[in-house]
Amino acid sequence: MVSERMEDQPAASTGAEVLVGVRDLKKHFPITGGLLKRQVGAVKAVDGVSFDIYRGHTLGLVGESGSGKSTIGRVILQLDHATEGSVVFDNVDLTQTTGEKLRKIRPRMQMVFQDPHASLNPRMTVSSIVGEPLKEHRAAKRAEKLDRIDELLSLVGLEPSHANRYPHEFSGGQRQRIGIARAIALNPEFIICDEPIAALDVSIQSQIVNLLENLQHHLGLTYLFISHDLSMVRHIADRVAVLYLGKVMELADVDSIYTDPKHPYTQALLSAVPVPDPEVESSRKRIILEGDIPSPADPPPGCPFNTRCPIAQQRCVDEVPEWRELSGGRWVACHFAE
Amino acid sequence: MADTHERAEEITQETLGDGGIAEVGEHRSLWGDVWRQFRRHKGAMAGLVVVTIIVLGAFVGPIFYPHDPFDIDVPNANQGPTLEHLMGTDTIGRDIMARVLVGGRISLAVGFTAALLGIFIGTGVGILAGFFRRLDALLMRLTDLFLALPVLPLLLVIILLFRDSLRERFGPELGIFLLVVFIIGITSWMQTARIVRGEVLAIKRQEFVLAAQSIGTRRRNIIMRHIFPNVLSPVMVSAALGVGIAIITESFLSFIGLGFPSDFPTWGRLLFDAVPFLEIAPMRVIWPGALISLTVISVNFIGDGLRDALDPRLRSG
Repeated sequence: MVSERMEDQPAASTGAEVLVGVRDLKKHFPITGGLLKRQVGAVKAVDGVSFDIYRGHTLGLVGESGSGKSTIGRVILQLDHATEGSVVFDNVDLTQTTGEKLRKIRPRMQMVFQDPHASLNPRMTVSSIVGEPLKEHRAAKRAEKLDRIDELLSLVGLEPSHANRYPHEFSGGQRQRIGIARAIALNPEFIICDEPIAALDVSIQSQIVNLLENLQHHLGLTYLFISHDLSMVRHIADRVAVLYLGKVMELADVDSIYTDPKHPYTQALLSAVPVPDPEVESSRKRIILEGDIPSPADPPPGCPFNTRCPIAQQRCVDEVPEWRELSGGRWVACHFAE
Repeated sequence: MADTHERAEEITQETLGDGGIAEVGEHRSLWGDVWRQFRRHKGAMAGLVVVTIIVLGAFVGPIFYPHDPFDIDVPNANQGPTLEHLMGTDTIGRDIMARVLVGGRISLAVGFTAALLGIFIGTGVGILAGFFRRLDALLMRLTDLFLALPVLPLLLVIILLFRDSLRERFGPELGIFLLVVFIIGITSWMQTARIVRGEVLAIKRQEFVLAAQSIGTRRRNIIMRHIFPNVLSPVMVSAALGVGIAIITESFLSFIGLGFPSDFPTWGRLLFDAVPFLEIAPMRVIWPGALISLTVISVNFIGDGLRDALDPRLRSG
């Protein structure tokens, strides 16, 4: 158990080891204005987020567009610098690690990107794309490298004979497989899947998710699965964090969050998921939220959700709800959740 | 090893791919592909043939051509094209064809070297400014500065300052050559720098560059492997345009007396020498003018062909 770690964190419900610990993570993008480019404000894309990811497990991160999902992924991998807070990966605080030291850790964590058309360099062949990590980290000699590329391509379900082709010769699903092959080339422990299926046809989505699950099973991977597709997250994740306006609203294991959501925002989100049963579907009660997600440059005071919340009261405007633990290792940020 | 292969096969079985692709067995080399695609571009191939003929004519032609470009033969002055003098003779009887052939050497050499220098500086400045935020403001203001410089006074100053010392060091011809190339190079890189910077800014935020960063690819490799190949298209187009501009600028420099010595033939020199005789002997203007135009057009076609050939998305099969 890891419960002796900092007290404001979700307790381990599974007893597994924490691989990635995110604490009070903030990412504010400055807004500059005026003649002297002085900072006049900030877009609070991520505003104080804490969660743990257990080794060998999948944490699903869901939220609307603009809620800061992708920014969290990028900050964890140090592709963007955190404004505040820490990202502890296997006992190393990545936000304090730079240069060659960070470069040595990078192979252990990788990312699968959202858009398979933009994530592969159009001027490189598949073998140089998949081989780039091996080349950069001198992981293999030339002949070994070619063997390894073949092996990686077959691992993700592509023909090794496709190695000399260019990305544009492949379909979206096949490109996403190439991106996955690149991500697993250096035997990482942790992979961030940043909406890996959002840009794919529905028929291809399940293939890619199954591939990711298989790889997790065979290679012992840990995932942070970022998505807005609630049913897909339910399928692949062990625990789910719900993000709204740069803050986590609720965090719980997948079964409890889907059967008994505590936070009004989670309830509204889940009520939007269609049920594949006409009888249930016709009587399903939808909670329809008013208005749009507020601008992260000017978030509302108190609870970020108070402008759209069906049960909001004066207290929600005056007071930021505490990030507190309910029974059963569930965490929620709402005054009224029980 | 056998174990991993079994595993791989297992996974493949479970999550079979979407749609197959026809087999391609043999390894394809990058430059082989580029050449294959380039050959399909008819305009580019025609341009390549024309440029090759012009280059051979300029550098090898004078060896076989019977007339010397500096031989004065006043009795035979101002002739039109004859079998003896294929392009006729000028006001003091020098063979125009011989002068056009020899003149091509300087024009082509200046055109290509100066364009190369301009492209090199422009691409370098553009990539650095686009990639490194800290350098951006500094380098772009420098670019603006060069754009705002009045070229003519600048040329006068540079030439007055450096002509004599360069002549002493490298001899009159090589000295002037270096000076002209240098001047054209440093006054023609700014457009390229701006275009390249814009492209780099866009490419830098693409996911494949983020992917390279997350791998831990070093910055110089990111630039050389991911950024540079993707800005090649605009660079190719600028390079082709640059050759034309350089040839024309050299002509202009020779015309105002700042370039090569007045008896030394270059296409620009020949063109401007012939202008006063436009009404008597129009062909004297047309020969060098046509060659300048032909070279510039052909190089532009080659640039187009290269741009297409270097982009794998436009390559088929």
